[in-house]
Amino acid sequence: MTAAVTAPSGRRRLAAALHRRGRLRLGLLLAGPVGWLVVAYIGSLLILFLNSAWSRDAFTGLVIRELTLGNFTDIATNPLYRTVVIRTVVMAAAVTVTCALLAFPIAYYMARVASRRTKGLLVVAILMPLWASYLVKAYAWRLILSEEGVLNWLLGPLGLKGPGFGEIGLWLVFTYLWLPYMILPLYAGLERIPTSLLEASADLGAKGSLTFRRVILPLVTPALVAGSIFTFSLTLGDYIAPSLITTTQFIGNLILSNFGVPDLPLAAALSLVPLVIMIVYLLVARRLGAFEAL
Amino acid sequence: MHDRIGRILLRLGAGAVLVFMYFPLAIVIAYAFNDSGTSVWPPSSLSLRWVDAAVENSGLREAFLTSLVAALGATVIAMVLGTLAALAVAHHRFFGREAISFVVIFPIALPGIVTGMALSTTFATTSFPLGLFAIVVGHATFCIVLVYNNVIARLRRVSASLEEASADLGADTWQTFRYVTFPNVRTAVLAGALLAFALSFDEVIVTIFVAGGVKTLPIWIFQSFRLANQVALVNVAGLVAILLSAVPVYVATRLTSDTGASGRS
Repeated sequence: MTAAVTAPSGRRRLAAALHRRGRLRLGLLLAGPVGWLVVAYIGSLLILFLNSAWSRDAFTGLVIRELTLGNFTDIATNPLYRTVVIRTVVMAAAVTVTCALLAFPIAYYMARVASRRTKGLLVVAILMPLWASYLVKAYAWRLILSEEGVLNWLLGPLGLKGPGFGEIGLWLVFTYLWLPYMILPLYAGLERIPTSLLEASADLGAKGSLTFRRVILPLVTPALVAGSIFTFSLTLGDYIAPSLITTTQFIGNLILSNFGVPDLPLAAALSLVPLVIMIVYLLVARRLGAFEAL
Repeated sequence: MHDRIGRILLRLGAGAVLVFMYFPLAIVIAYAFNDSGTSVWPPSSLSLRWVDAAVENSGLREAFLTSLVAALGATVIAMVLGTLAALAVAHHRFFGREAISFVVIFPIALPGIVTGMALSTTFATTSFPLGLFAIVVGHATFCIVLVYNNVIARLRRVSASLEEASADLGADTWQTFRYVTFPNVRTAVLAGALLAFALSFDEVIVTIFVAGGVKTLPIWIFQSFRLANQVALVNVAGLVAILLSAVPVYVATRLTSDTGASGRS
Protein backbone atom coordinates (compact mmCIF):
# COMPACT_ATOMS: atom_id res chain seq x y z
CA MET A 1 0.00 0.00 0.00
CA THR A 2 3.03 2.29 -0.04
CA ALA A 3 2.27 2.84 -3.71
CA ALA A 4 -0.15 5.54 -2.57
CA VAL A 5 2.72 7.88 -1.86
CA THR A 6 4.50 7.43 -5.18
CA ALA A 7 1.43 7.59 -7.48
CA PRO A 8 1.86 10.04 -10.38
CA SER A 9 0.23 13.35 -9.64
CA GLY A 10 -2.05 13.68 -12.72
CA ARG A 11 -3.71 10.38 -12.02
CA ARG A 12 -3.89 11.27 -8.39
CA ARG A 13 -5.60 14.57 -9.11
CA LEU A 14 -8.21 12.87 -11.31
CA ALA A 15 -8.78 10.32 -8.57
CA ALA A 16 -9.33 13.13 -6.08
CA ALA A 17 -11.80 14.81 -8.41
CA LEU A 18 -13.66 11.54 -8.82
CA HIS A 19 -13.75 11.05 -5.10
CA ARG A 20 -15.08 14.54 -4.42
CA ARG A 21 -17.60 14.46 -7.24
CA GLY A 22 -19.61 11.28 -6.71
CA ARG A 23 -21.93 12.30 -9.55
CA LEU A 24 -19.07 12.42 -12.04
CA ARG A 25 -17.88 8.97 -11.00
CA LEU A 26 -21.41 7.62 -11.26
CA GLY A 27 -21.79 9.16 -14.70
CA LEU A 28 -18.60 7.50 -15.93
CA LEU A 29 -19.68 4.14 -14.52
CA LEU A 30 -23.12 4.33 -16.07
CA ALA A 31 -22.33 5.86 -19.44
CA GLY A 32 -21.23 2.58 -21.04
CA PRO A 33 -23.84 0.11 -19.86
CA VAL A 34 -26.81 2.49 -19.96
CA GLY A 35 -25.73 3.86 -23.33
CA TRP A 36 -25.46 0.34 -24.71
CA LEU A 37 -28.74 -0.93 -23.33
CA VAL A 38 -30.72 2.16 -24.24
CA VAL A 39 -29.26 2.54 -27.72
CA ALA A 40 -28.90 -1.12 -28.66
CA TYR A 41 -31.95 -2.49 -26.90
CA ILE A 42 -34.61 0.05 -26.01
CA GLY A 43 -33.79 1.84 -29.26
CA SER A 44 -34.30 -1.28 -31.31
CA LEU A 45 -37.57 -2.07 -29.53
CA LEU A 46 -38.78 1.40 -30.54
CA ILE A 47 -37.70 0.80 -34.13
CA LEU A 48 -39.56 -2.51 -33.99
CA PHE A 49 -42.72 -0.64 -32.93
CA LEU A 50 -42.18 1.84 -35.73
CA ASN A 51 -41.71 -0.90 -38.32
CA SER A 52 -44.88 -2.65 -37.19
CA ALA A 53 -46.83 0.49 -38.11
CA TRP A 54 -45.25 0.71 -41.55
CA SER A 55 -46.35 -1.28 -44.55
CA ARG A 56 -44.91 -2.97 -47.56
CA ASP A 57 -45.65 -2.07 -51.17
CA ALA A 58 -47.14 -5.20 -52.76
CA PHE A 59 -45.57 -4.49 -56.16
CA THR A 60 -42.12 -3.16 -55.42
CA GLY A 61 -41.64 -5.05 -52.16
CA LEU A 62 -40.19 -1.93 -50.57
CA VAL A 63 -41.12 -0.77 -47.09
CA ILE A 64 -43.36 2.31 -47.12
CA ARG A 65 -42.44 4.50 -44.16
CA GLU A 66 -45.90 5.84 -43.39
CA LEU A 67 -47.84 5.04 -40.26
CA THR A 68 -50.80 2.71 -40.70
CA LEU A 69 -52.73 0.23 -38.57
CA GLY A 70 -53.07 -2.18 -41.50
CA ASN A 71 -50.84 -4.88 -40.04
CA PHE A 72 -52.75 -4.92 -36.78
CA THR A 73 -56.20 -5.14 -38.39
CA ASP A 74 -54.76 -7.94 -40.54
CA ILE A 75 -53.61 -9.85 -37.49
CA ALA A 76 -56.85 -9.26 -35.61
CA THR A 77 -59.13 -10.35 -38.43
CA ASN A 78 -57.19 -13.15 -40.13
CA PRO A 79 -58.41 -16.48 -38.67
CA LEU A 80 -55.06 -18.15 -39.46
CA TYR A 81 -53.20 -15.77 -37.15
CA ARG A 82 -55.79 -16.22 -34.42
CA THR A 83 -55.50 -20.02 -34.60
CA VAL A 84 -51.72 -19.87 -34.43
CA VAL A 85 -51.72 -17.46 -31.48
CA ILE A 86 -54.21 -19.59 -29.53
CA ARG A 87 -52.27 -22.77 -30.32
CA THR A 88 -49.03 -21.20 -29.09
CA VAL A 89 -50.56 -19.89 -25.88
CA VAL A 90 -52.22 -23.26 -25.13
CA MET A 91 -48.89 -24.98 -25.74
CA ALA A 92 -47.09 -22.53 -23.44
CA ALA A 93 -49.69 -23.09 -20.72
CA ALA A 94 -49.55 -26.90 -21.06
CA VAL A 95 -45.75 -26.87 -20.93
CA THR A 96 -45.78 -24.60 -17.87
CA VAL A 97 -48.18 -26.87 -15.94
CA THR A 98 -46.21 -30.01 -16.83
CA CYS A 99 -42.93 -28.39 -15.83
CA ALA A 100 -44.40 -27.38 -12.47
CA LEU A 101 -45.65 -30.94 -11.81
CA LEU A 102 -42.33 -32.53 -12.73
CA ALA A 103 -40.26 -29.92 -10.89
CA PHE A 104 -42.01 -30.33 -7.56
CA PRO A 105 -40.65 -33.69 -6.38
CA ILE A 106 -37.03 -32.98 -7.23
CA ALA A 107 -37.17 -29.39 -5.94
CA TYR A 108 -38.74 -30.61 -2.70
CA TYR A 109 -36.16 -33.34 -2.35
CA MET A 110 -33.33 -30.85 -2.90
CA ALA A 111 -34.73 -28.25 -0.52
CA ARG A 112 -35.95 -30.31 2.40
CA VAL A 113 -34.60 -33.87 2.31
CA ALA A 114 -31.12 -33.95 0.76
CA SER A 115 -27.97 -33.41 2.81
CA ARG A 116 -25.95 -30.22 2.25
CA ARG A 117 -23.47 -32.03 0.04
CA THR A 118 -26.09 -33.77 -2.10
CA LYS A 119 -27.93 -30.47 -2.40
CA GLY A 120 -24.85 -28.76 -3.85
CA LEU A 121 -24.28 -31.58 -6.30
CA LEU A 122 -27.91 -31.55 -7.41
CA VAL A 123 -27.88 -27.80 -8.04
CA VAL A 124 -24.90 -28.27 -10.37
CA ALA A 125 -26.61 -31.30 -11.93
CA ILE A 126 -29.66 -29.16 -12.77
CA LEU A 127 -27.61 -26.17 -13.93
CA MET A 128 -25.48 -28.07 -16.44
CA PRO A 129 -28.31 -29.29 -18.71
CA LEU A 130 -29.91 -25.83 -18.40
CA TRP A 131 -26.85 -24.36 -20.06
CA ALA A 132 -25.99 -27.24 -22.38
CA SER A 133 -26.57 -26.26 -25.97
CA TYR A 134 -30.27 -25.61 -26.52
CA LEU A 135 -30.11 -26.62 -30.15
CA VAL A 136 -28.38 -29.91 -29.41
CA LYS A 137 -31.00 -30.78 -26.81
CA ALA A 138 -33.81 -30.11 -29.28
CA TYR A 139 -31.94 -32.09 -31.91
CA ALA A 140 -31.45 -34.98 -29.46
CA TRP A 141 -35.22 -35.30 -29.28
CA ARG A 142 -35.43 -35.48 -33.02
CA LEU A 143 -33.20 -38.53 -32.79
CA ILE A 144 -35.14 -39.97 -29.86
CA LEU A 145 -38.60 -39.51 -31.37
CA SER A 146 -37.72 -40.69 -34.87
CA GLU A 147 -39.35 -43.83 -36.22
CA GLU A 148 -36.25 -45.96 -35.66
CA GLY A 149 -35.11 -44.01 -32.60
CA VAL A 150 -34.52 -44.92 -28.98
CA LEU A 151 -38.04 -44.33 -27.73
CA ASN A 152 -39.70 -46.76 -30.10
CA TRP A 153 -36.87 -49.21 -29.47
CA LEU A 154 -37.53 -49.00 -25.71
CA LEU A 155 -41.32 -49.08 -25.96
CA GLY A 156 -41.46 -51.68 -28.75
CA PRO A 157 -41.11 -54.77 -26.50
CA LEU A 158 -44.01 -53.45 -24.39
CA GLY A 159 -46.17 -53.20 -27.48
CA LEU A 160 -46.21 -49.40 -27.25
CA LYS A 161 -45.13 -46.63 -29.57
CA GLY A 162 -43.70 -43.17 -28.91
CA PRO A 163 -45.63 -40.03 -29.87
CA GLY A 164 -43.42 -39.51 -32.93
CA PHE A 165 -43.17 -36.06 -34.53
CA GLY A 166 -46.13 -33.81 -33.86
CA GLU A 167 -47.67 -31.58 -31.25
CA ILE A 168 -47.57 -34.18 -28.45
CA GLY A 169 -43.90 -34.75 -29.16
CA LEU A 170 -43.29 -30.99 -29.17
CA TRP A 171 -45.03 -30.64 -25.81
CA LEU A 172 -42.65 -33.27 -24.44
CA VAL A 173 -39.62 -31.51 -25.95
CA PHE A 174 -40.59 -28.07 -24.61
CA THR A 175 -41.21 -29.58 -21.18
CA TYR A 176 -37.76 -31.12 -21.30
CA LEU A 177 -36.07 -27.94 -22.52
CA TRP A 178 -37.51 -25.57 -19.91
CA LEU A 179 -37.77 -27.88 -16.89
CA PRO A 180 -34.57 -26.63 -15.18
CA TYR A 181 -35.90 -23.06 -15.34
CA MET A 182 -38.80 -24.22 -13.17
CA ILE A 183 -36.82 -26.44 -10.80
CA LEU A 184 -34.35 -23.77 -9.66
CA PRO A 185 -36.76 -21.03 -8.48
CA LEU A 186 -39.03 -23.67 -6.96
CA TYR A 187 -36.13 -25.15 -5.05
CA ALA A 188 -35.17 -21.70 -3.76
CA GLY A 189 -38.78 -21.03 -2.75
CA LEU A 190 -39.16 -24.33 -0.90
CA GLU A 191 -35.88 -23.80 0.88
CA ARG A 192 -37.07 -20.46 2.27
CA ILE A 193 -40.05 -22.02 4.09
CA PRO A 194 -39.19 -22.21 7.79
CA THR A 195 -39.27 -25.79 9.10
CA SER A 196 -41.12 -24.56 12.18
CA LEU A 197 -44.20 -23.80 10.07
CA LEU A 198 -44.39 -27.39 8.83
CA GLU A 199 -43.90 -28.69 12.36
CA ALA A 200 -46.60 -26.39 13.66
CA SER A 201 -48.97 -27.64 10.99
CA ALA A 202 -48.21 -31.26 11.93
CA ASP A 203 -48.57 -30.48 15.65
CA LEU A 204 -51.99 -29.03 14.98
CA GLY A 205 -52.96 -32.36 13.46
CA ALA A 206 -52.68 -31.68 9.73
CA LYS A 207 -51.76 -34.65 7.58
CA GLY A 208 -49.06 -34.35 4.94
CA SER A 209 -51.49 -33.57 2.15
CA LEU A 210 -53.28 -30.89 4.15
CA THR A 211 -49.97 -29.25 5.11
CA PHE A 212 -49.03 -29.32 1.47
CA ARG A 213 -52.23 -27.63 0.33
CA ARG A 214 -52.63 -25.10 3.12
CA VAL A 215 -49.05 -24.25 4.08
CA ILE A 216 -46.49 -25.22 1.44
CA LEU A 217 -48.43 -24.38 -1.71
CA PRO A 218 -49.45 -20.82 -0.72
CA LEU A 219 -45.91 -20.02 0.44
CA VAL A 220 -44.28 -21.36 -2.70
CA THR A 221 -46.70 -19.72 -5.16
CA PRO A 222 -44.44 -16.73 -5.91
CA ALA A 223 -41.61 -19.12 -6.78
CA LEU A 224 -43.92 -21.17 -9.00
CA VAL A 225 -45.02 -18.02 -10.83
CA ALA A 226 -41.40 -16.92 -11.17
CA GLY A 227 -40.50 -20.23 -12.80
CA SER A 228 -43.56 -20.05 -15.03
CA ILE A 229 -42.34 -16.72 -16.45
CA PHE A 230 -39.44 -18.59 -18.03
CA THR A 231 -41.35 -21.67 -19.21
CA PHE A 232 -44.10 -19.49 -20.69
CA SER A 233 -41.88 -16.87 -22.31
CA LEU A 234 -39.43 -19.38 -23.74
CA THR A 235 -42.22 -21.43 -25.32
CA LEU A 236 -43.82 -18.30 -26.83
CA GLY A 237 -40.58 -17.18 -28.44
CA ASP A 238 -39.30 -20.45 -29.84
CA TYR A 239 -39.39 -21.36 -33.50
CA ILE A 240 -36.53 -23.85 -33.64
CA ALA A 241 -38.07 -26.73 -31.70
CA PRO A 242 -41.40 -26.48 -33.58
CA SER A 243 -39.60 -26.60 -36.90
CA LEU A 244 -37.57 -29.63 -35.80
CA ILE A 245 -40.36 -31.67 -34.25
CA THR A 246 -43.55 -30.67 -36.09
CA THR A 247 -44.83 -29.25 -39.31
CA THR A 248 -47.38 -27.15 -37.39
CA GLN A 249 -46.95 -23.39 -37.21
CA PHE A 250 -46.45 -21.48 -33.97
CA ILE A 251 -46.09 -17.70 -33.52
CA GLY A 252 -42.34 -17.90 -33.95
CA ASN A 253 -42.53 -19.76 -37.27
CA LEU A 254 -45.08 -17.26 -38.54
CA ILE A 255 -42.78 -14.35 -37.67
CA LEU A 256 -39.74 -16.02 -39.20
CA SER A 257 -41.58 -16.84 -42.43
CA ASN A 258 -42.51 -13.17 -42.85
CA PHE A 259 -39.11 -11.90 -41.75
CA GLY A 260 -36.92 -10.16 -44.31
CA VAL A 261 -38.01 -10.44 -47.89
CA PRO A 262 -41.72 -11.34 -47.65
CA ASP A 263 -42.97 -8.65 -45.25
CA LEU A 264 -40.77 -7.15 -42.56
CA PRO A 265 -43.45 -4.74 -41.19
CA LEU A 266 -45.92 -7.62 -40.82
CA ALA A 267 -43.29 -9.72 -39.06
CA ALA A 268 -42.61 -6.78 -36.74
CA ALA A 269 -46.31 -6.43 -35.97
CA LEU A 270 -46.60 -10.18 -35.34
CA SER A 271 -43.69 -10.12 -32.92
CA LEU A 272 -45.57 -7.60 -30.81
CA VAL A 273 -48.07 -10.37 -30.02
CA PRO A 274 -45.71 -12.42 -27.80
CA LEU A 275 -44.32 -9.13 -26.46
CA VAL A 276 -47.74 -7.91 -25.32
CA ILE A 277 -48.66 -11.33 -23.92
CA MET A 278 -45.42 -11.38 -21.90
CA ILE A 279 -45.87 -7.85 -20.60
CA VAL A 280 -49.36 -8.74 -19.33
CA TYR A 281 -47.93 -11.95 -17.87
CA LEU A 282 -45.13 -10.05 -16.11
CA LEU A 283 -47.56 -7.52 -14.66
CA VAL A 284 -49.75 -10.31 -13.24
CA ALA A 285 -46.64 -12.13 -11.99
CA ARG A 286 -45.46 -9.03 -10.17
CA ARG A 287 -48.86 -8.81 -8.46
CA LEU A 288 -48.36 -12.38 -7.23
CA GLY A 289 -44.97 -11.50 -5.77
CA ALA A 290 -42.96 -13.45 -8.32
CA PHE A 291 -40.28 -10.77 -8.71
CA GLU A 292 -39.09 -11.24 -5.14
CA ALA A 293 -38.74 -14.97 -5.88
CA LEU A 294 -36.64 -14.61 -9.03
CA MET B 1 -44.41 -45.59 8.17
CA HIS B 2 -46.40 -43.28 5.96
CA ASP B 3 -43.55 -40.81 6.07
CA ARG B 4 -41.05 -43.41 4.90
CA ILE B 5 -43.05 -44.39 1.85
CA GLY B 6 -43.41 -40.72 1.00
CA ARG B 7 -39.67 -40.25 1.25
CA ILE B 8 -38.97 -43.23 -1.00
CA LEU B 9 -41.48 -41.98 -3.59
CA LEU B 10 -39.89 -38.54 -3.45
CA ARG B 11 -36.45 -40.01 -4.02
CA LEU B 12 -37.75 -42.05 -6.98
CA GLY B 13 -39.44 -38.99 -8.46
CA ALA B 14 -36.29 -36.90 -8.11
CA GLY B 15 -34.19 -39.67 -9.64
CA ALA B 16 -36.61 -40.07 -12.56
CA VAL B 17 -36.41 -36.34 -13.34
CA LEU B 18 -32.61 -36.48 -13.31
CA VAL B 19 -32.63 -39.42 -15.72
CA PHE B 20 -35.08 -37.51 -17.93
CA MET B 21 -32.72 -34.53 -17.97
CA TYR B 22 -29.54 -36.39 -18.84
CA PHE B 23 -30.91 -39.09 -21.14
CA PRO B 24 -31.08 -36.95 -24.33
CA LEU B 25 -27.55 -35.63 -23.78
CA ALA B 26 -26.29 -39.20 -23.42
CA ILE B 27 -28.05 -40.14 -26.66
CA VAL B 28 -26.27 -37.39 -28.63
CA ILE B 29 -22.93 -38.44 -27.20
CA ALA B 30 -23.61 -42.07 -28.09
CA TYR B 31 -24.58 -41.12 -31.65
CA ALA B 32 -21.37 -39.10 -32.06
CA PHE B 33 -19.46 -42.41 -31.89
CA ASN B 34 -21.97 -44.37 -33.95
CA ASP B 35 -20.15 -46.04 -36.84
CA SER B 36 -23.09 -46.27 -39.26
CA GLY B 37 -23.88 -42.54 -39.16
CA THR B 38 -27.65 -43.10 -39.37
CA SER B 39 -30.20 -42.41 -36.67
CA VAL B 40 -31.18 -46.07 -36.26
CA TRP B 41 -30.99 -47.18 -32.64
CA PRO B 42 -29.07 -48.98 -31.26
CA PRO B 43 -25.77 -48.14 -32.96
CA SER B 44 -24.36 -51.20 -34.72
CA SER B 45 -20.79 -50.48 -33.66
CA LEU B 46 -18.78 -47.62 -32.24
CA SER B 47 -15.95 -45.78 -33.95
CA LEU B 48 -14.17 -42.44 -34.14
CA ARG B 49 -14.86 -42.25 -37.84
CA TRP B 50 -17.24 -39.27 -37.65
CA VAL B 51 -15.07 -37.43 -35.17
CA ASP B 52 -12.24 -37.56 -37.74
CA ALA B 53 -14.62 -36.54 -40.51
CA ALA B 54 -15.86 -33.61 -38.42
CA VAL B 55 -12.32 -32.37 -37.78
CA GLU B 56 -11.64 -32.57 -41.53
CA ASN B 57 -14.81 -30.71 -42.49
CA SER B 58 -13.82 -27.13 -43.31
CA GLY B 59 -17.37 -25.72 -43.03
CA LEU B 60 -17.74 -27.13 -39.55
CA ARG B 61 -14.29 -25.91 -38.51
CA GLU B 62 -15.03 -22.42 -39.76
CA ALA B 63 -18.38 -22.33 -37.98
CA PHE B 64 -16.69 -23.43 -34.78
CA LEU B 65 -14.10 -20.63 -35.03
CA THR B 66 -16.79 -18.06 -35.85
CA SER B 67 -18.72 -19.07 -32.75
CA LEU B 68 -15.57 -18.86 -30.67
CA VAL B 69 -14.78 -15.33 -31.92
CA ALA B 70 -18.39 -14.15 -31.50
CA ALA B 71 -18.59 -15.58 -27.99
CA LEU B 72 -15.27 -14.05 -26.94
CA GLY B 73 -16.23 -10.64 -28.33
CA ALA B 74 -19.64 -10.66 -26.66
CA THR B 75 -18.11 -11.89 -23.41
CA VAL B 76 -15.53 -9.09 -23.24
CA ILE B 77 -18.17 -6.39 -23.86
CA ALA B 78 -20.60 -7.96 -21.39
CA MET B 79 -17.84 -8.29 -18.80
CA VAL B 80 -16.92 -4.61 -18.93
CA LEU B 81 -20.45 -3.20 -19.17
CA GLY B 82 -21.97 -5.64 -16.66
CA THR B 83 -19.29 -4.91 -14.07
CA LEU B 84 -19.60 -1.13 -14.52
CA ALA B 85 -23.37 -1.27 -14.15
CA ALA B 86 -23.10 -3.44 -11.04
CA LEU B 87 -20.58 -1.05 -9.43
CA ALA B 88 -22.84 1.92 -10.15
CA VAL B 89 -25.98 0.27 -8.78
CA ALA B 90 -24.27 -1.19 -5.71
CA HIS B 91 -22.32 1.90 -4.66
CA HIS B 92 -24.59 4.80 -5.51
CA ARG B 93 -28.10 5.98 -4.81
CA PHE B 94 -29.55 7.78 -7.80
CA PHE B 95 -32.71 8.43 -9.74
CA GLY B 96 -33.56 5.52 -12.02
CA ARG B 97 -31.55 2.98 -10.06
CA GLU B 98 -34.44 0.51 -10.01
CA ALA B 99 -35.01 1.06 -13.71
CA ILE B 100 -31.47 -0.08 -14.48
CA SER B 101 -31.84 -3.44 -12.79
CA PHE B 102 -35.02 -3.82 -14.83
CA VAL B 103 -33.57 -2.74 -18.20
CA VAL B 104 -30.63 -5.09 -17.75
CA ILE B 105 -32.85 -8.19 -17.53
CA PHE B 106 -35.13 -7.08 -20.34
CA PRO B 107 -33.17 -8.54 -23.26
CA ILE B 108 -33.22 -11.98 -21.64
CA ALA B 109 -36.71 -11.91 -20.07
CA LEU B 110 -38.53 -11.16 -23.31
CA PRO B 111 -39.05 -14.00 -25.78
CA GLY B 112 -35.94 -14.53 -27.91
CA ILE B 113 -37.83 -13.91 -31.10
CA VAL B 114 -38.78 -10.40 -29.93
CA THR B 115 -35.14 -9.55 -29.25
CA GLY B 116 -34.14 -11.05 -32.58
CA MET B 117 -36.80 -9.14 -34.49
CA ALA B 118 -36.04 -5.87 -32.69
CA LEU B 119 -32.33 -6.08 -33.48
CA SER B 120 -32.78 -7.19 -37.06
CA THR B 121 -35.40 -4.55 -37.94
CA THR B 122 -33.10 -1.96 -36.40
CA PHE B 123 -30.15 -3.19 -38.43
CA ALA B 124 -32.31 -3.25 -41.58
CA THR B 125 -33.74 0.23 -40.93
CA THR B 126 -30.36 1.81 -40.19
CA SER B 127 -28.51 -0.16 -42.92
CA PHE B 128 -26.17 -1.61 -40.31
CA PRO B 129 -24.46 -4.60 -41.97
CA LEU B 130 -25.47 -8.03 -40.70
CA GLY B 131 -22.72 -10.51 -39.92
CA LEU B 132 -20.18 -11.29 -37.25
CA PHE B 133 -20.13 -7.80 -35.74
CA ALA B 134 -23.93 -7.70 -35.58
CA ILE B 135 -23.87 -11.08 -33.81
CA VAL B 136 -21.39 -9.76 -31.24
CA VAL B 137 -23.57 -6.69 -30.61
CA GLY B 138 -26.70 -8.82 -30.23
CA HIS B 139 -25.10 -11.39 -27.94
CA ALA B 140 -23.42 -8.75 -25.76
CA THR B 141 -26.82 -7.14 -25.19
CA PHE B 142 -28.33 -10.17 -23.50
CA CYS B 143 -25.06 -11.33 -21.88
CA ILE B 144 -24.64 -8.13 -19.82
CA VAL B 145 -27.21 -9.36 -17.30
CA LEU B 146 -25.21 -12.51 -16.51
CA VAL B 147 -22.12 -10.57 -15.45
CA TYR B 148 -24.22 -7.89 -13.76
CA ASN B 149 -26.15 -10.41 -11.65
CA ASN B 150 -23.04 -12.22 -10.49
CA VAL B 151 -21.09 -9.08 -9.63
CA ILE B 152 -23.95 -7.33 -7.87
CA ALA B 153 -24.68 -10.41 -5.77
CA ARG B 154 -21.04 -10.40 -4.66
CA LEU B 155 -20.95 -6.64 -4.01
CA ARG B 156 -23.99 -6.95 -1.75
CA ARG B 157 -22.06 -9.34 0.46
CA VAL B 158 -18.88 -7.28 0.59
CA SER B 159 -19.06 -4.64 3.29
CA ALA B 160 -18.77 -1.04 2.06
CA SER B 161 -16.64 -0.28 5.11
CA LEU B 162 -13.70 -2.04 3.42
CA GLU B 163 -13.61 0.65 0.77
CA GLU B 164 -14.07 3.41 3.31
CA ALA B 165 -11.17 2.00 5.30
CA SER B 166 -9.05 1.97 2.16
CA ALA B 167 -9.87 5.63 1.50
CA ASP B 168 -9.20 6.55 5.13
CA LEU B 169 -5.79 4.95 4.86
CA GLY B 170 -4.98 7.29 1.98
CA ALA B 171 -5.63 5.12 -1.08
CA ASP B 172 -7.07 7.00 -4.04
CA THR B 173 -10.03 5.83 -6.16
CA TRP B 174 -7.83 3.75 -8.48
CA GLN B 175 -5.92 2.08 -5.69
CA THR B 176 -9.09 1.24 -3.81
CA PHE B 177 -10.50 -0.32 -6.94
CA ARG B 178 -7.31 -2.19 -7.73
CA TYR B 179 -6.44 -3.46 -4.28
CA VAL B 180 -9.84 -3.70 -2.56
CA THR B 181 -12.89 -3.72 -4.81
CA PHE B 182 -11.59 -5.71 -7.75
CA PRO B 183 -10.00 -8.57 -5.77
CA ASN B 184 -13.33 -8.97 -4.01
CA VAL B 185 -15.40 -9.25 -7.17
CA ARG B 186 -12.81 -10.94 -9.40
CA THR B 187 -14.23 -14.46 -9.21
CA ALA B 188 -17.78 -13.14 -9.67
CA VAL B 189 -16.74 -11.28 -12.83
CA LEU B 190 -15.08 -14.41 -14.12
CA ALA B 191 -18.10 -16.60 -13.31
CA GLY B 192 -20.40 -14.15 -15.08
CA ALA B 193 -18.07 -14.08 -18.07
CA LEU B 194 -18.04 -17.88 -18.28
CA LEU B 195 -21.84 -17.98 -18.27
CA ALA B 196 -21.91 -15.26 -20.91
CA PHE B 197 -19.51 -17.29 -23.04
CA ALA B 198 -21.60 -20.45 -22.66
CA LEU B 199 -24.80 -18.61 -23.56
CA SER B 200 -23.31 -16.81 -26.53
CA PHE B 201 -21.62 -19.92 -27.89
CA ASP B 202 -24.97 -21.76 -28.04
CA GLU B 203 -27.36 -18.99 -28.94
CA VAL B 204 -29.34 -19.55 -32.11
CA ILE B 205 -32.77 -17.90 -31.84
CA VAL B 206 -31.48 -14.31 -31.93
CA THR B 207 -28.41 -15.20 -33.98
CA ILE B 208 -30.39 -16.38 -37.02
CA PHE B 209 -31.97 -12.92 -37.27
CA VAL B 210 -28.71 -10.97 -37.28
CA ALA B 211 -26.18 -13.37 -38.85
CA GLY B 212 -26.69 -12.47 -42.51
CA GLY B 213 -24.73 -15.21 -44.27
CA VAL B 214 -22.33 -15.89 -41.41
CA LYS B 215 -22.52 -19.37 -39.90
CA THR B 216 -21.95 -19.92 -36.22
CA LEU B 217 -21.73 -23.48 -34.91
CA PRO B 218 -25.44 -23.61 -33.89
CA ILE B 219 -26.47 -22.21 -37.29
CA TRP B 220 -24.28 -24.80 -39.02
CA ILE B 221 -25.93 -27.53 -36.93
CA PHE B 222 -29.39 -26.15 -37.67
CA GLN B 223 -28.77 -26.09 -41.40
CA SER B 224 -27.16 -29.53 -41.49
CA PHE B 225 -30.07 -31.46 -39.94
CA ARG B 226 -31.67 -31.97 -43.27
CA LEU B 227 -28.55 -32.73 -45.27
CA ALA B 228 -28.24 -36.51 -45.36
CA ASN B 229 -24.46 -36.49 -45.81
CA GLN B 230 -23.89 -34.21 -42.81
CA VAL B 231 -26.27 -35.66 -40.22
CA ALA B 232 -23.53 -37.85 -38.76
CA LEU B 233 -21.30 -34.78 -38.32
CA VAL B 234 -24.07 -32.95 -36.47
CA ASN B 235 -23.77 -35.45 -33.64
CA VAL B 236 -20.07 -34.70 -33.25
CA ALA B 237 -20.72 -30.95 -33.43
CA GLY B 238 -23.38 -31.46 -30.76
CA LEU B 239 -20.88 -33.21 -28.52
CA VAL B 240 -18.50 -30.25 -28.88
CA ALA B 241 -21.32 -27.78 -28.16
CA ILE B 242 -22.33 -29.68 -25.02
CA LEU B 243 -18.75 -29.73 -23.72
CA LEU B 244 -18.10 -26.07 -24.50
CA SER B 245 -21.11 -24.97 -22.49
CA ALA B 246 -21.01 -27.54 -19.70
CA VAL B 247 -17.38 -26.97 -18.77
CA PRO B 248 -17.59 -23.14 -18.37
CA VAL B 249 -20.82 -23.52 -16.41
CA TYR B 250 -19.28 -26.09 -14.11
CA VAL B 251 -16.29 -23.82 -13.45
CA ALA B 252 -18.60 -20.83 -12.94
CA THR B 253 -20.66 -22.62 -10.29
CA ARG B 254 -17.46 -23.60 -8.49
CA LEU B 255 -16.26 -19.99 -8.57
CA THR B 256 -19.43 -18.63 -7.02
CA SER B 257 -20.00 -21.38 -4.46
CA ASP B 258 -19.38 -19.97 -1.00
CA THR B 259 -16.00 -21.62 -0.48
CA GLY B 260 -14.45 -19.94 -3.51
CA ALA B 261 -15.73 -16.48 -2.72
CA SER B 262 -13.04 -15.21 -0.39
CA GLY B 263 -11.45 -13.19 -3.20
CA ARG B 264 -7.89 -13.23 -1.91
CA SER B 265 -5.14 -12.15 -4.30
